[in-house]
Amino acid sequence: MDALEDRVLDGNAIGGMLIEVFGAEMTTAVGICGTCGTRGQVAEMAVYQPRLGTVVRCRVCDNVLMVFVAIHGVTCVDLRGLASLSEVAG
Amino acid sequence: MAGTAVRGRLTWETATVGAVIDETSKVRTLSLDVPGWGGHQAGQHLDIALTADDGYRAERSYSIASAPGEPVAITVERLDDGEVSPYLTEDVQIGDEFEVRGPIGGYFIWKGDSSDSVPLLLAAGGSGVVPLRAILRHRCLVGSSVPVRLLYSVRSQAEVIYRSELDHLNQEADGVKVIYTLTRQQPPGWTGYARRVDQQMMAEVAWPVASGPSAPAASAPAASAPLAYVCGPTNFVEAVASDLVALGYPPQRVKTERFGATGTP
Repeated sequence: MDALEDRVLDGNAIGGMLIEVFGAEMTTAVGICGTCGTRGQVAEMAVYQPRLGTVVRCRVCDNVLMVFVAIHGVTCVDLRGLASLSEVAG
Repeated sequence: MAGTAVRGRLTWETATVGAVIDETSKVRTLSLDVPGWGGHQAGQHLDIALTADDGYRAERSYSIASAPGEPVAITVERLDDGEVSPYLTEDVQIGDEFEVRGPIGGYFIWKGDSSDSVPLLLAAGGSGVVPLRAILRHRCLVGSSVPVRLLYSVRSQAEVIYRSELDHLNQEADGVKVIYTLTRQQPPGWTGYARRVDQQMMAEVAWPVASGPSAPAASAPAASAPLAYVCGPTNFVEAVASDLVALGYPPQRVKTERFGATGTP
């Protein structure tokens, strides 16, 4: 078993941080991968948490969807991998 | 408006440890007193923050082990190289305080109301049983008659968390069946499963998905399908979820929660 693969979490694990960043419950929000078009709830996305921050990847194509890095109490957010992210499923 | 929470904002609150229960040699349940706790749903989490004397802060997310309406409780498994779990499972004392925020999560939850009236399949790998136990307790407390099967994969009987509670449910509660698979070590005379979860086991344990002439209209197949909640280490969750989809479960009816590597159940 690949040690890294075995450490993959999912979006459930970052629900608290996402509320901090977005001001809303986001694990049920629906994101669309900007690379392969896969649509899925944030709770189902692959989450890696190396020491420096949080990386969220597409489960289908492994594209980086979101990156969160906290520096001096400020969270920097990169959502460039997402084609869209919406609170309402649809 | 005093007392009205700003939508979506989470605040760190001070939790006081009210009770400590040893579940297994490595697992402990902590009952927490959190003034201002706004209640939670079965399956939700909370975050815990521990701050060291030098200011170093570690945050972790834990599933809530108690049902809605019960005092907040978490069940923690000790990871030998962990920063937080050794404190929570070994050093913590009644009366200790730390910061928590929650409840968190809207995906891996079971409300137990009329919208959730289909049979439930719960699949747990190791300490993945924690949020599923909250669902089981909630089912009892609301008097739900939804049939439930819990498949619990664990290395040995000694590592079964909530064993007396689950055995009691299995024997006494209507509509609840607990099936263990003991993957490493079995007691003498064990007649249950003794291997890792595979598709054959899932086919035997999971509620069948309706098919054929009696199946519901094609326009609403998903809403009446059984609902599955799968929680455990990543490889366990991936295996169970793909087995269920292969058995015909609509993917959106298989709720998953992965907590990375904590040993192979």
